[in-house]
Amino acid sequence: MRLVGRRLALAIPGLVGVVVVTFLLNRALPGDPAAFFAGPAATKQAIDEIRVKLGLDRSLPEQFLYYVRDLGRGNLGTSLTTGQSVVSDLVQRLPASLELTLAGLALAVGVALPVGVFAATRPGSWIDHVARVVTTTGVSLPVFFTGLLLVYVFYYLLGWAPAPLGRLDAFASAPRTITGFFTIDALLTGQPATAGAAVRQLVLPAVTLGIFAMAPIARMTRAAMLGVLSSDFIRTARAAGLASRTVLFTYAFRNAMLPVVTLLGMIFSFLLGANVLVEKVFAWPGIGSYALEALIASDYAPVQGFVLVMATIYVLLNLAIDVLYGVIDPRVRIEA
Amino acid sequence: MTGFLRHARYVVTENPVTLVAFGLLLFLVVLAFIGPTIAPHDPLATDTARKLEPPTRAHWFGTDQLGRDILSRVVVATRLDLAIALGAVALSFAAGSLLGSCAGYFGGWTDRLVTRVMDTIMAFPLFVLAMGIVAALGNTLANIVYATAVINVPFYARMARAEVNVRRDAGFVHAARLAGNGPARVLAVHVFPNCLPPMMVQVSLNLGWAILNAAALSFIGLGVRPPTPEWGIMVAEGAAFMVSGEWWIALFPGLMLMLAVFCFNLLGDGLRDLIDPRRRT
Amino acid sequence: MCVEFRTRHGVVRALEEVRFIVRRGETVGIVGESGSGKSVTAYALMGILDPAARVTDGRAVFGGLDLLHASRQELEAYRGRELAMIFQSPRTALNPIRTVGRQIEDVLLRHQTVPRAKVRDRVIELLTLVQIPDPERRARAYPFEMSGGMCQRVMIALAIAASPSLLVADEPTTGLDVTTQAAILDLLDELARTTGMATVLISHDLGLIAERCDRIVVMHAGHVVEEAPARAMFAGPRHPYTARLLASTPRVGAKLAELVPIPGGVPDLRAELPPCRYRARCERAVAECDEPPLPRTQVAPGHLVACRRPL
Repeated sequence: MRLVGRRLALAIPGLVGVVVVTFLLNRALPGDPAAFFAGPAATKQAIDEIRVKLGLDRSLPEQFLYYVRDLGRGNLGTSLTTGQSVVSDLVQRLPASLELTLAGLALAVGVALPVGVFAATRPGSWIDHVARVVTTTGVSLPVFFTGLLLVYVFYYLLGWAPAPLGRLDAFASAPRTITGFFTIDALLTGQPATAGAAVRQLVLPAVTLGIFAMAPIARMTRAAMLGVLSSDFIRTARAAGLASRTVLFTYAFRNAMLPVVTLLGMIFSFLLGANVLVEKVFAWPGIGSYALEALIASDYAPVQGFVLVMATIYVLLNLAIDVLYGVIDPRVRIEA
Repeated sequence: MTGFLRHARYVVTENPVTLVAFGLLLFLVVLAFIGPTIAPHDPLATDTARKLEPPTRAHWFGTDQLGRDILSRVVVATRLDLAIALGAVALSFAAGSLLGSCAGYFGGWTDRLVTRVMDTIMAFPLFVLAMGIVAALGNTLANIVYATAVINVPFYARMARAEVNVRRDAGFVHAARLAGNGPARVLAVHVFPNCLPPMMVQVSLNLGWAILNAAALSFIGLGVRPPTPEWGIMVAEGAAFMVSGEWWIALFPGLMLMLAVFCFNLLGDGLRDLIDPRRRT
Repeated sequence: MCVEFRTRHGVVRALEEVRFIVRRGETVGIVGESGSGKSVTAYALMGILDPAARVTDGRAVFGGLDLLHASRQELEAYRGRELAMIFQSPRTALNPIRTVGRQIEDVLLRHQTVPRAKVRDRVIELLTLVQIPDPERRARAYPFEMSGGMCQRVMIALAIAASPSLLVADEPTTGLDVTTQAAILDLLDELARTTGMATVLISHDLGLIAERCDRIVVMHAGHVVEEAPARAMFAGPRHPYTARLLASTPRVGAKLAELVPIPGGVPDLRAELPPCRYRARCERAVAECDEPPLPRTQVAPGHLVACRRPL
């Protein structure tokens, strides 16, 4: 618990940095925000009024304080396109993004770890070479391109997947919101048909994200396993006659997970970015496509809110990774 | 040097994939230079009578929704895509190595400031930050380059800092200092050149990533405007036709994009083997 | 026993006809320069050679089982229970993220020498046996919280957990300070005496071997060049290499000038070598040394020399 507290304290400068940067991005808006908010037909007087109202006539530090105060109140401005507050829009759409990202991550980890371990226990075998080529290809695939290829093959050619148009097809209605994850909510409210429909919609985008995140995880797992397997303590364990399963999983795998967990931070960074692209390809109504619609319409408040939310999620994820690392590695735990 | 060459030959024969990557690089560079002259058609010429044609003799890669020749557009786009990536990487390399080597060499508050700023950049999901930067600075091609550069800076800065740090107290650096060289000169002439090999590996790996990023930004409608031929935006244009079966519009630019990224990734791996055989994974 | 390594620079014939016997309760020392094949011999015995290595010929018979040709299951069952090994650099030879108590438990559970319920008590007992103070607390510690000497004691506890009949100790005291060294070796001596366990002690330190072993095997470039009871070996080495090795070892009361280095280094084992691999470094070499086979002569009871012109 002390460790968690300490990590939380360490995450604070990161969050402060995020707030400062989003503020600066806010103020670097092209043109005069006041004129922008007032609309094209506004008089100079109206623009000035808005400027005062927005606090843009004050000094930069003062503006920053107002910005922080607004943040504290949960006020991220209003979206011009939806006419609602950015916070309520984001809250409404965030579960869709999370559901997608988590599904993609789970898929990636579920495939990449076994592949990495398998390749490492048989270095130089054909499966190792196949894994190497596939992972190198995986990191080179533009995620939006993978998505489109999957759509073409599984929707157009084979007809196995539903049309890439959001979280549910037109005939199903969304389940009552509990967690915001359609798949889980549908099951909780006893609508297995809806849950099935939600899963079918989810598969392709999740696979797209999964393929993208799989490659670096598999690569790192293989490298880490190879390193650990040739280390002194594995030799000791083998000399002590421990069963090869114990050596591989209890001894080697847990140690090899340390660099992989560290890498997860970077993976999340990529995954959250890739999420935006996948949402666009599959018309997934998450916060990424929300920000994109706003961005194309030059509606900047949602974009800023989106960047801030994503950065906050990322900082929190890194925090979780640190804690997880501490759970695995006693050296970190005890020195803390 | 002969030792290095022998090692280079060893790496290439042991891992012929690196050779393939060099070949691909040559191909891309040549295409970037002479692309517009060898393109069979005008990449911007529309021909609505022949729109959405699958690959034929006349149009090897087919035509798009406006009847433009996709092969020509893909070929001509090479220059722009490589230029964006190269520009972004050059910028971040310059800025990153300057900041990083100063931080590593002088230490103290310079170090703390640079590290703090880099950490702040890294606190964002990088692609999302790039989106935010483009949104704030304005939706132009130049800003795509700047945004891609900014999100790459931390990698170079951290690397330069670490590399300079381990060499700061090396014997030859002390010697250079005692010979009366100023800190800037010592850093630029004696320390930094020694950090270049690992940095070049980073550059190669980064170029692939920069191409992906820039293409992704234009895929979501930032930066490059139609009808300019660029791989990302071409994939975006073809996206809508994927569901109705016109696969060739998005496929060929996507493949080119993949090929370019693949090439730089392989090259980076190969260079790493060349420079540091131990770190091979 | 013959072992080859296939490397990217050719086949290394690491061991050639290495032959020796270890009897119950006996301590046999293996000495030689770095690269003479001491550790490879040990690893081959334990069946933990690098995947690049191949046992090309020979047998290692242990209680009726040929270790070099045993199946993986047989070997795994033998390792730890009948044969155990301790390594140099004890700090890296223990799993860094598992408590030492758990690591010993793993061995006990694997070989089921004590009932499950008694495992924890046995761990404490073992730690007490290797003279670790405050064993209850130490059992919950991680290797990085302990000194090198403590880690080596833990490793010994781990090795003797299932009461093996043969313990191979590969440079067990390298990197430890002198007092710890003595304490660890005393501990091994005592364990050998009380349990009747045979010990193979591998070291490049002749003084240490002389002090602790009943019999000595001298290795050079993958060959056993001489094998003799400790006393006989020191009284009158018969192989030129052994003589050189003894002359190059510092002794109390000897002047520095009396230390004689051995000319040359261990030959490149990839090349075609003469039958005697010491040929190029030997001052007694004659033309007939190039004629195979390399003789193995018994010069005294239990004293074997692989040399055409022994001293």
